[in-house]
Amino acid sequence: MKDAAQGSRDYDWWLIAILMAICALGVLEIYSATHASGGLEGMHYKQIRWLVFGFAIMFALSRLDYHLILDQAPLLYAICLVALGSVLVLGSSRFGARRWIHLAGQDFQVSELAKLIIIIVLARFFAEVRSDELDLRDVLKAGMLVGVPLALILKQPDLGTALVLVPMLAVGAFLAGLKWIHAGIFTLAGVLLVGAVFYPPVSKHLLKPYQRERITSFLHPEEDAKGSGYQLLQSKIAVGSGGFWGKGFGNGSQNQLGYIPVRYSDFIMAAWAEEQGFKGVLLALGLYMALLLRLVQNAQRAKDRAGMFLVMGVAAALGFHVLVNVAMVIGAMPVTGIPLPLMSYGGSATLFVFMAIGLVMNVRLRRFVN
Amino acid sequence: MIGVLLLGFWKLQVIDSDKYGQMAEQNRVRSIPIIAPRGRMLDRDGRVLVDNRPSFSVLLLRDDPKLVEQYLPAISDGLGVPIDDLRDQLQNTRNLPKFQPIVIKPEASSADLDFIESHRSDIPVLEMLSVSRRRYLPNGFLAHATGYVGEASETQIENRNSKLRPGDVVGKFGLERQYNDILMGTDGMRRVIVNSVGKEVDHLTQQDPIPGKQIQLSIDMDLQQVAEQSLGQRPGAVVALDPRTGEVLAMVSRPTPDPNDFAVRISAKEWKQLNEDPLKPLLNRAIQAQLAPGSVFKIVTATAMLEDRQIPESFTTYCPGYGTFYGRQFKCWVYSSKKGPTSHGSTDLHEAILKSCDVFFYTIGMKMGIDRLSYYGDKMGIGHKTGIDLPSEEAGLMPSEAWVERVFHRKWYAGETISVAIGQGAITTTPVQLARIIGGLASGGVFKQPHLLKDAKDVPEQRFSFSEHTIERITDGMYGVVNQPGGTGGQLRLAGIELSGKSGTAQVIGYGTRAKLSKQKKFEDNAWFVGYAPRRNPEICVAVLVQESGQHGGEAAGPVVRDIVKAYYDKKNRVPAGTVTAEASNTSPVNATAVVAPAVAVKANEAASVETNGNGNER
Repeated sequence: MKDAAQGSRDYDWWLIAILMAICALGVLEIYSATHASGGLEGMHYKQIRWLVFGFAIMFALSRLDYHLILDQAPLLYAICLVALGSVLVLGSSRFGARRWIHLAGQDFQVSELAKLIIIIVLARFFAEVRSDELDLRDVLKAGMLVGVPLALILKQPDLGTALVLVPMLAVGAFLAGLKWIHAGIFTLAGVLLVGAVFYPPVSKHLLKPYQRERITSFLHPEEDAKGSGYQLLQSKIAVGSGGFWGKGFGNGSQNQLGYIPVRYSDFIMAAWAEEQGFKGVLLALGLYMALLLRLVQNAQRAKDRAGMFLVMGVAAALGFHVLVNVAMVIGAMPVTGIPLPLMSYGGSATLFVFMAIGLVMNVRLRRFVN
Repeated sequence: MIGVLLLGFWKLQVIDSDKYGQMAEQNRVRSIPIIAPRGRMLDRDGRVLVDNRPSFSVLLLRDDPKLVEQYLPAISDGLGVPIDDLRDQLQNTRNLPKFQPIVIKPEASSADLDFIESHRSDIPVLEMLSVSRRRYLPNGFLAHATGYVGEASETQIENRNSKLRPGDVVGKFGLERQYNDILMGTDGMRRVIVNSVGKEVDHLTQQDPIPGKQIQLSIDMDLQQVAEQSLGQRPGAVVALDPRTGEVLAMVSRPTPDPNDFAVRISAKEWKQLNEDPLKPLLNRAIQAQLAPGSVFKIVTATAMLEDRQIPESFTTYCPGYGTFYGRQFKCWVYSSKKGPTSHGSTDLHEAILKSCDVFFYTIGMKMGIDRLSYYGDKMGIGHKTGIDLPSEEAGLMPSEAWVERVFHRKWYAGETISVAIGQGAITTTPVQLARIIGGLASGGVFKQPHLLKDAKDVPEQRFSFSEHTIERITDGMYGVVNQPGGTGGQLRLAGIELSGKSGTAQVIGYGTRAKLSKQKKFEDNAWFVGYAPRRNPEICVAVLVQESGQHGGEAAGPVVRDIVKAYYDKKNRVPAGTVTAEASNTSPVNATAVVAPAVAVKANEAASVETNGNGNER
């Protein structure tokens, strides 16, 4: 089979530029957040290593025709379920959750891979629905496809990553012609579920104690400023004290003295906002918006439905990550443990983003019908 | 959606920026108190009685329970604290906020400090806290008078309008408590920048602490040492005071705890043990033991008789060893005496004081009635606190008709007066009361309020205008007790010193009851001796109580009085006349403080105790 991919000029260089800019902000802030604290020095180098590795994987993945990948969706789905199942049994436990599997001297978070595979599986599923409207059976099938891995991820437990699967399904279903009546029903169900989570008599039966604690501390962060509400409050203090202009690179007391929880990872936006102020936030969020718009544009130009679904799945996942993470940093959402794509330190998460963007590139390179 | 997020940032970073800026500052800057050292306590010559010593406590930072759990074995190993003990401490403090570190080892050795310092990076949950601890002289020296310190209780914090903070060290007992406001300084403050686990990373400003003021006590360390050694480990108390000023020269109570034990940390278990100990080591018997004064009270009865003038001075009784009053037989102590005669025969007042004849004073009591007796007892301070500058003093009890009516709702039985007249029955006194009464009488009726601060101004006093004749007769009697043949304190005679006094042997239970019970030490007699010198206008008055010794007052308590009075005169006569100017005598105590005081004092004391033993064997 002849590869339809074009030459290097067909890569989305704008997208790559935006990507690199965001990565640069991330590395800068990781450096600022860790260079002065014992035991964490050199973290930015590790992140650069992951980024280089990520770029390589991205280019590699873009060369492999996405149709081939889509063909293997059932196999990938099976691998995904097995991997999620085995991590529950074999995975190493950290902070009370089994999320990691040890491979080639590194710990990998299996659910990151699962996200990627679900994007591919959903893309193939929705691409194969040939009608303009989704009937209920298709919606339920898609729901099943997502539901099983979601349940496994919840079991780890990793509420944050499990939640990411929901917008991927929602965006896909919407684009595939979800009926308004179904959309209304599912939205209502979603609202009820969220309501249940925030309503203690019901959430008692649904959530782990630490998850309930996070909900409580989200709703009343000031009540227990040193206990569970600590993270959110410290994050808000960091963001707020940054002001419009910021305290300057390496000068944020919340960041430098370690008041921001995991300031180099999930809460890196708080560190950035403290040191760079509102202007820095404008820059960072502007870059993310540009990234998302660029993805949507690529989706529109995709050659086929499968390609469009693939790119929109990626956009939905990344958009959800950014939204939930940043909302958490400003105290508008509870702590869920979702990292900020490309800025947060982390191997698995970084690789996921690059592989996802690799798929996007892949679709773009093959946008001309031949 | 990005727009909504930006609005969120706008609210935090532009609208509420000042508020969060302040909160960040509060995070960053921590005010750490610098504990002001407590003032020292010096003896009347300027020698140090209570001091401070620097010490370190090991703190465990508990912000991250997983880290704590991870390092627990290493900490246990490095500090030599059993791991189960550490776990217990963590368990006991699990309800405290996590950011509040706990003290896991209150007294860190230099090896412990080295361990913490060298493992700062790999065991990040340990910290050391510099503290100043009270140092008291060993073996409970002067322990009940000095008292001890401890962490402020909740009620104390509330009482002082939040000037005290939780964890502040305050006086809990004795002088530490009485003069807490003087001894306690004002803590200073250091403003530092701390990171999220409370480690200091930078230093902003410092406000130095104001140390507490030292106080100089009227206690004479040399006499105190003699008193401690002479009483030994027998349960009881000693109070030595200068009746001219009310200054307390020595104060001992036995048994005694070691207040150094409380200066570090006392476990709830040890504290419970001390509190529930049947021997009550926490009780300051010198001011809190309320016991029948026994024959010492006969001095009050005798004074009442002379002052009331209803009974002629020449009044005599015949003592066959017992007397019958209101149809009941009352024995004189001499009746059951193991050696010598079992009766006193014909006795007048002087003889009766000398030989402590019960029958004479039974008769006086019967003739005077409880009203007159209790009038004099009350006037001289029985049933009233002396007002000594120590907390929790007890008042004792002077029984009277009004008292039985008030408490028991009945009439006074005339027979009760007989016992009270010789200091038995319901009457109780404290050692410091007896020292004040006997000293005051010998000083012509001037009762100075006992106190422990040297050179106190405006010491309250009570004047009782006794006739000079009364004072003469009484003091002659007490002189005779020691210095005339047949006196109950003959063994205390000291050459060249007009030691006078009165013995007392107070029954804990009646003779009859005792016979029925097996001879348990618990029910042995309490021995008293209150002595003073010289015979008129004394310079020193010593009250000694030896509880349940089974011996007579003169035998058990007398030698302690003699040792102290002897030491007083030895010290007084040692100062070579003419060679010491006023200035020199002022400066020499300062030099003396440089010497390690206890060592010197111990020497003086061994001598004293050897002497005691020698005399004891002789008898």
